[in-house]
Amino acid sequence: MCTTCGCGSGEVKIEGHEHHHDHDHGDGHEHTHADGTKHAHAHSHSHAYTPARSHAPGVSATRMVQIEQDILSKNNAYAAQNRKNLAARGIFTLNLVSSPGSGKTTLLCKTIELIKGRQRVAVIEGDQQTSQDAERIRATGAPAIQINTGKGCHLDAHMVGHAMEKLELPENSLLMVENVGNLVCPAAFDLGEAHKVVILSVTEGEDKPIKYPDMFRAARLMLLNKCDLLPYLDFSVPKAIEFARQVNPEIVVIEVSAKSGAGMTAWLDWIAQEQEQARQA
Amino acid sequence: MHEMALAEGVLQLIEDAARQQNFARVSTVWLEIGQLAGVEVEAMKFCFDAVTRDSIADGARLEIIATPGSGWCMECSATVALAEVYGACPQCGRHQVQVTHGTEMRVKELEVA
Repeated sequence: MCTTCGCGSGEVKIEGHEHHHDHDHGDGHEHTHADGTKHAHAHSHSHAYTPARSHAPGVSATRMVQIEQDILSKNNAYAAQNRKNLAARGIFTLNLVSSPGSGKTTLLCKTIELIKGRQRVAVIEGDQQTSQDAERIRATGAPAIQINTGKGCHLDAHMVGHAMEKLELPENSLLMVENVGNLVCPAAFDLGEAHKVVILSVTEGEDKPIKYPDMFRAARLMLLNKCDLLPYLDFSVPKAIEFARQVNPEIVVIEVSAKSGAGMTAWLDWIAQEQEQARQA
Repeated sequence: MHEMALAEGVLQLIEDAARQQNFARVSTVWLEIGQLAGVEVEAMKFCFDAVTRDSIADGARLEIIATPGSGWCMECSATVALAEVYGACPQCGRHQVQVTHGTEMRVKELEVA
């Protein structure tokens, strides 16, 4: 991983983003991309520095350095920068998280179909490998960019920042980020989104909220997807909601079926309402 | 949870500090990891060794300071010990407990040369 900004890290690939860059190792740096565009990162550091104290003065050359920084502070700084860039252009961003197979991509395609007459939507797709999901989104007519995380189990704010530059998002649009299917790690990584939306499909266990509490705690909204299948399953909707509220008393729940279209209006209304609130804030 | 990404984050903070404070080797790294942070200490050590290979922290000793979990129970109006992030209050058994300590994940200090 590039030590300055994490660029070119391991196996992360962003479509159309192959670059070699020069670093000046100061407080910021500039990349030059394969397509010739350049962009600079401003890095903010807050190092609490205590003058060196040696374990054995005069004997050892070692010294102690106080760091006192959160391990996720780099990610959080990138996320704050993304949030600022998005807010400046009136872009409302949702980070969609779930297990693999909950129907995120199908739900997104359906959402885009219903919303695209009213509003411009762009999508950042995260998967370990392949650009199959981004291709499915592009088939709806919405611009999409794929991030392949390689060995990584989640998207981070740095990857998403680069993907945002590539997407050339229109002002006052909606940006949907489909995170890597994983109910654990994405909870800890702020991407700069307005809200996390967790999708739980009714073909999974209703106790997932208490098994993976961090994610349900981090989300503002839970979409119960594949509700058209409820007649064939033992899944209890009230129990799932009870478990979700046990870890997050404030969570909003909407039952949907991307397949039948049930509940989609409520989901779109929620987006519109949150978007309006963000605009006024 | 994602110890590999955390270990990379630790190395980035070390490398930033090395540039700003002019040191070339790190011999010991102290991390403060809360018991409710969801970090597996053994996995963290393994990932740290893998990530720091051929870096300025190659071979550095990783010391983990575990900080205990606690929370504020709204029912009991008291600070109580917590073993799980969304666990029940040990006094009243209810879940109205807000975590106050134990989710920290910090790079605390380095011994450098």
